[in-house]
Amino acid sequence: MAAIYSLFDALLPLTSPGHYIQWHWIQISVANLIVIILMIATFIAALVVPFPGRRRRRGGDE
Amino acid sequence: MSTTEIDRQWTTKFRRRLTTALPSEKLLPDTQPSYVASWIYVFGVATLSSMMVVIGTGCILAIMGPLWWHESSVGHFVNSLHLWSVEVFFFAMVVHLWGKFFMAAWRGKRQLVWMTGVVTFLASVATAFTGYVSQTNFDSQWISTQAKDGINATGGGAFFNVLNTGQMFMWHIVLMPIAAVVLTGLHILLVRYRGVVPPFEDTSAGKVRA
Repeated sequence: MAAIYSLFDALLPLTSPGHYIQWHWIQISVANLIVIILMIATFIAALVVPFPGRRRRRGGDE
Repeated sequence: MSTTEIDRQWTTKFRRRLTTALPSEKLLPDTQPSYVASWIYVFGVATLSSMMVVIGTGCILAIMGPLWWHESSVGHFVNSLHLWSVEVFFFAMVVHLWGKFFMAAWRGKRQLVWMTGVVTFLASVATAFTGYVSQTNFDSQWISTQAKDGINATGGGAFFNVLNTGQMFMWHIVLMPIAAVVLTGLHILLVRYRGVVPPFEDTSAGKVRA
């Protein structure tokens, strides 16, 4: 169990202090930056990924 | 009681107005317009679903109390579920907000739908904030002292005292959830009343079916 914990901690160090990125007066934590990037990626994917059953629906139900 | 008297009752008038504006088939429709078959239309429901998990786990935490969520493994698990469902809630809500912003979802007399969404977002931020200062751990101590400094800097006073754990806890588990649920309910009823906003190409081609 301890080995699993140490492996998990090495992959995703949740108990150590957070990392920050600074560019002039802009400072953001890496965790927040990752979430923002994931939200943008999800937004773009939601626009371009075809919805299941869309072609079938187009002909019929309104 | 005569029919005229019944017609004059405020309850009768209110019921008629309500059932005319939102008949059952409009309140819970069998089909949706074809343009709703897009992933961008999924995030409103994703927000609502995660909100249900937030409320459900919050109810369990309220029943069991802080000692339970700090000391037992099941308590830790439910506490984590509460936190991560909030993360999913805000994630989905932000994607929902971007989607609706870029399709100008206030079109077609939907201003109130948009504005209730905006106020719900702000109420959710306040609910989450009071939650962060109600954790009863070092994280909540740090956040509340930083927030108190911030509020002091604005001259906000101590009516809303973030260092008062009891007050913040009550705001988090009573007042803010009531506000968030009522506003969300109103937002959904308005979406049902006005219909889901169509994409631009559908309105320009005159094919609006809302």
